[in-house]
Amino acid sequence: MTDEPRTLGPFGRRTVAITQRRELGAYVVLAVADTEGPLPRAGQFYMLAAAQRWGGGSDERPFLPRAFSVLRAREAGAGVRLEFMLEAVGPGTERLCELAQGDRLHITGPLGVGFDRPGDGRRALLCGGGVGTAPLAIWQDELLARGAPAPALLGFRDAAHAPGAELLHNARVATDDGSHGHHGLVTDLLAEELDADANAVVYACGPPPMLEAVRALCEARGVACRLALESGMACGFGACFGCVVPLREGGYLRLCVDGPVLDGARLAEVPAH
Amino acid sequence: MSVAFCGLRLAHPIVNGSGTFDAIAARRAFGDALVEHFPFAAFVSKTITLEPRQGNPPPRLYETPAGLINSIGLPNKGLRGYLDSDLPELARLPVPLITNVMGSTAEELCTLVEALDDRDEVDALELNVSCPNVRTGLDIGADPVELAAVLREVRPRTGKPLIVKLTPNTADVGAAAQAAQDAGADAVSLINTLRAYAPHPERAGVPWLGNATGGLSGPAIRAVALAQVREVAGRVAIPVVGMGGVQTGVHAARMLEVGATLVAVGTESFRDPAAGTRISRELDDLFAKSGDNIG
Repeated sequence: MTDEPRTLGPFGRRTVAITQRRELGAYVVLAVADTEGPLPRAGQFYMLAAAQRWGGGSDERPFLPRAFSVLRAREAGAGVRLEFMLEAVGPGTERLCELAQGDRLHITGPLGVGFDRPGDGRRALLCGGGVGTAPLAIWQDELLARGAPAPALLGFRDAAHAPGAELLHNARVATDDGSHGHHGLVTDLLAEELDADANAVVYACGPPPMLEAVRALCEARGVACRLALESGMACGFGACFGCVVPLREGGYLRLCVDGPVLDGARLAEVPAH
Repeated sequence: MSVAFCGLRLAHPIVNGSGTFDAIAARRAFGDALVEHFPFAAFVSKTITLEPRQGNPPPRLYETPAGLINSIGLPNKGLRGYLDSDLPELARLPVPLITNVMGSTAEELCTLVEALDDRDEVDALELNVSCPNVRTGLDIGADPVELAAVLREVRPRTGKPLIVKLTPNTADVGAAAQAAQDAGADAVSLINTLRAYAPHPERAGVPWLGNATGGLSGPAIRAVALAQVREVAGRVAIPVVGMGGVQTGVHAARMLEVGATLVAVGTESFRDPAAGTRISRELDDLFAKSGDNIG
């Protein structure tokens, strides 16, 4: 598979400087200046760890780096400007969210396989939940730059998280509590879109229950979907065998080297972990 | 700083722990740069079993204070898959290849060892004996008598160097090392992971890991590893591969100081894929500064 959307990263971990930190509701967006790595493909990810004080937080963690899909990437100066979308939900993301401009970050990447183009005259339909918004932003940038429409549907917990929708162009928003946009699930919006025009490929990223709902909906309607999954991951490059996902045909694959973007048809269901 | 080990000449004393680095997957992730800057002085394969294994159901990982519990379950393509598809790729690495095998009976281990003895690409064998003998129910490596009995059958099946990877989950690791030496092992390696349990963060009494228990690794076990390597190195004359929580050149030097000939890096490679290169460089710098040869 020479045409798979996988750009190889430099071997090993490198240290980059944070050039910008901004808050978007409950989310933090960090921008870094990567002078050694290439431009990633949409859907690829990086392993991130703070260069200082990685450890010693809640429960004396974090210890391992954390995997994040790239939110945006562009050439800037002598290198590449990468952006990542974070939400403080545990010891790793708590530490990353407290980093400031000028702080240093260990990164490894880009890693994994990203999104492939819809093809066959189908339109792309982007569907995200929470921090799963991130890979859809870079993917929408690419689709729009090619002149392809790329409507986006995003689900968030509440109005405090809904500002995450500003990362995409013209996203329709649903919130669990109805405090912003449609009161309900993002899959309600997806069903409406597919009712209107089912000749689409759905690109989705979000929490497992949402991804499973997207997968099941697409399967029921015979619509292709590409799911960017997440999993606890120790290494990101196939060493630890920790991030496996069971396949419909039996057996497992490692999300880090065979994903994180998978054809939804390969899964009997999206695992809960 | 080259090192002699079981008749092999290694460029430096840093290797990988079995099952902590998949050179084939890493090449998919990083391309030829992996081969050009290969981080280890020898490559130790993940554990190969006679039949293919899918591994344990997820979740397989649990982060602890300064460490990681894993319950991977030795997924591998089985002996045939290893010989046919993995070995030709691993043979392209620029360093000697040590193949790690596990069997649940002496017969299985003999079959594995004989098949690998035939292959020139394999420079040495490592036996993973952290596995219950299905006949006796005893953990082969935990019981010195059992370990010696298995090794006496396996040893004559190969002329290649035979390393026994000892389990730390035993009352007397020195006795196990002694038994391995007496039964003809060329070297021992330790420590394997420490048996550990990860509670589900939200559901009382429920295990987090798909297989309930796993093995603890990382800096959390470094002090235990140093104690066991020191004890074993004091007990046997054969070389010792020391591992457990090594993250820096200083940590590697400590392993050498307590008697290791080689130092294996495992969990640290998860945090930094090129950790082996960094640690061997740091070790070189330490030697250059101290002017004496700790190894």
